[in-house]
Amino acid sequence: MAKMPKPEELIKTIDYTPPEKDWMDDIPPKFLPGRYCYPAKPHILEEIGFPNPREWSPTDEDWKLPPNWKEIILDGIKDRLSKYRSFKVFMDICVRCGACADKCHYFLGSGDPKNMPVLRAELIRSIIKGELTWQGKLFGKLAGARKLTQDVIKEWFYYYYQCSECRRCSVFCPYGIDTCEVTMMGRELLHLVGCNINWILEPVRNCFIIGNHLGLQPHTVKENIEYLCWDIEEVLGIKIEVPFNKKGAEILFVTPSGDYFADPGIYTMMGYLILFHYLGLDYTMSTYASEGGNFGLFTSHEAMAKINAKIYHEAERLGVKFIIGGECGHMWRVKHQYMDTATGPAPKNLETPKSPITGTVFEHAKSTKMIHICEFTADLIAHGKLKLDPSRNDKYIVTYHDSCNPSRGMGFFEEPRFILKHVCNNFYDMPENTIREKTFCCGSGSGLNTDEFMEMRMRGGFPRANAVQYVRDKHGVNTLACICAIDRAALTTLMNYWVPDVQVCGVHELVANALVFPHEESGERPRTMDLRQQPLKPEDEENA
Amino acid sequence: MGVVFSFLVVMALVLVVYLGVGVAGLRGLFGVVIPYAAFLTFLVGMVYRLIGWAKVPVPFRIVTTCGQQKSLRWVKRSRLESPYTNFEVVLRMLLEVFAFRSLFRNLKAELKGPNLIYGSYKWLWLGAIAFHYCFLTILIRHFRFFSYPVPKVIQLIDQIDSFFHIGLPHLYMTDAVILAALTFLFVRRLADPRLRYISLASDYLPLFFIYGLVISGILMRHFFKVDVVQVKQFTMGLVHFHPVPPKVGVIFYIHIGFLSALMAYFPFSKLVHMLGVFLSPTRNLANNSRAVRHKPAPWWKKPKFKTYCEWQEMFKEALEQAGLPLDEDCYKDKGKKQ
Repeated sequence: MAKMPKPEELIKTIDYTPPEKDWMDDIPPKFLPGRYCYPAKPHILEEIGFPNPREWSPTDEDWKLPPNWKEIILDGIKDRLSKYRSFKVFMDICVRCGACADKCHYFLGSGDPKNMPVLRAELIRSIIKGELTWQGKLFGKLAGARKLTQDVIKEWFYYYYQCSECRRCSVFCPYGIDTCEVTMMGRELLHLVGCNINWILEPVRNCFIIGNHLGLQPHTVKENIEYLCWDIEEVLGIKIEVPFNKKGAEILFVTPSGDYFADPGIYTMMGYLILFHYLGLDYTMSTYASEGGNFGLFTSHEAMAKINAKIYHEAERLGVKFIIGGECGHMWRVKHQYMDTATGPAPKNLETPKSPITGTVFEHAKSTKMIHICEFTADLIAHGKLKLDPSRNDKYIVTYHDSCNPSRGMGFFEEPRFILKHVCNNFYDMPENTIREKTFCCGSGSGLNTDEFMEMRMRGGFPRANAVQYVRDKHGVNTLACICAIDRAALTTLMNYWVPDVQVCGVHELVANALVFPHEESGERPRTMDLRQQPLKPEDEENA
Repeated sequence: MGVVFSFLVVMALVLVVYLGVGVAGLRGLFGVVIPYAAFLTFLVGMVYRLIGWAKVPVPFRIVTTCGQQKSLRWVKRSRLESPYTNFEVVLRMLLEVFAFRSLFRNLKAELKGPNLIYGSYKWLWLGAIAFHYCFLTILIRHFRFFSYPVPKVIQLIDQIDSFFHIGLPHLYMTDAVILAALTFLFVRRLADPRLRYISLASDYLPLFFIYGLVISGILMRHFFKVDVVQVKQFTMGLVHFHPVPPKVGVIFYIHIGFLSALMAYFPFSKLVHMLGVFLSPTRNLANNSRAVRHKPAPWWKKPKFKTYCEWQEMFKEALEQAGLPLDEDCYKDKGKKQ
């Protein structure tokens, strides 16, 4: 891993002035350490049946593409232009007005002009023009057209894995051109000739074969959760049981596997379990559909569907009535915008979600039969079904990071804020141009949260970190809450680098901290620790 | 390079018309044949592009949500930024098409010392909206040449547009504003290094065509005046398919030349955004994909995946050791099949 420059040094290297050289000729890019991800290992590609498995490195001169690579790519483009209206329209209607240019976090953090969304799309658009239209063949560069060469493939690989599919640019585009679609197509095309990254494809392989990204086998999943239950016992003084693969349960609960054992995701996981126990909810987790997240989304539409299909399949087998999904960003883009179309309709045994506690019917999920845990919890709080003591979170001064996918792919803004405002007393939003639909990516989304990509992650996360720093300086914020498993891991690294005194947590960690159990209320065993087994009040720490 | 090329194209166009009409006297070619051909290219081309897009399925509902979704009853949702019904989608699209809603959000990010600052930046929106509305008004105004009697509405627009009664004939406000807007849109492409970097010849060319169109029009009205009676006879002739090219100054033919070039160029260029914006799937769909199933595309195949029973076979021992229940139904089904 490349050595990271100090934050103040890194900022000095950011320059938004583009180079003199024309972008079309400025290839291949320099593969600087810290700015690209390692390629997928050959055995991974073999196991998932992807083409051209081989040992290679992006810094190699020869990428060992298949002999007919050009034909494969051009056919792949034509195929996708005839399948996705998004792709076809977006390739046709950009006017290069430049409104998107300074909206991309990777551009803001690197100044690399090809990270401007307009150029990221132009990387493919120019090839379509140059190889597939007569105007492009006739006028060449004047028409914005160029020929497909191996250097172009290298450029694609570099820049389509420097886009986190966050869709911030599509909010500002006057035609709604969505770079995420472009990047998805770019990555699908690269898969056809075997250029892809291990950090995405290994989890995909694990998901296909074992059931979750991390490759946790069923007994490990169970053990991990049991460890968390012991920790919960320490904090709460009560022992809780977590049902697995339970037929006939009312609810199937699915959440990203990162939260089974990675700090600080485990505290969010404990938060869910504590809440479910408090409610006496009739739910089950599954060791088969043990992944809510979906790295298939960062691979191809087909891989995304293949991973997601297990959830409905398991919901049918277990005979549950509806599904609750945990806090996760891209998972919720899949559940909200893709699940029903790609892998539905939902099995017959599923019903429109209805909260067994409040009786609220979640009409807006009547087709997918799947609701977000924050929708479920916000409804509980609104009905006064949770006894909450927000002062237990008083040592936290909280701000909230809107994850890209629930924000711009779902419109999920108020539910988590409503919860936060009820479970803690100190909540401050970041500046309005950096939250909600204008939120900034953590810099590590869409499967780029790997260590070898660290410099680009810190650069891409700079706009987010800078906004956190603003509320830290203004309000003394020390906690960044989020509803995404990748965020919980990635923002922690990001904060360590840019704003070291801010910690990261999930919303349901704070919920569980504030949740008052009957035995606590009666004074039998008052809560003294938070879920991280730290004293609730910092002064106790000093006294201890 | 792009800007120079585009400029040369425009100059060549003027030259060709000047030689063709002024010297060779080919009024029929430049007044009738080329305009008809260009108009036909425009119509056929645009329909062709539209059909080309419409034929391609929309496999997934990829709305870009810019406001609160519909969820719990007490959560205030945003009907315009996160439409739930088709009616709300129509409203969102109207706002997008008529008010350039998304462009209105525009921000400018600047790095000041160690801080990123986001300032509101509405100039692009203002320039764009001024340009488009002026163009539309000018287009509508021109229908006075293609109608007899001239409808009241067009007369009214004409009167409002020349409301200030500056000069004779009166100066149209839209003529002045569109020149200013075009200049803004052009200058920003040259002055901003980032925009210069991304701009192609095909970004300058339409600007120059429209410049040429507007300037030749203004010149014709205020400086090299042409016989309007003859022009009107000609334009009415175009409508009734027996046009007689007027014997007026070359400036008129240059104006027509720019119009023809623009129309013919339209379907092959980025100008198709005029229709494309209506087909943009991030804007023209309702954000209700959990309530209403978006039908998959005809080409979509449901994925093959490892079923529970296959998985259970693989992890049978691990499941047993962990005390997790085995699903007996897996074996029942097998029995039935055999």
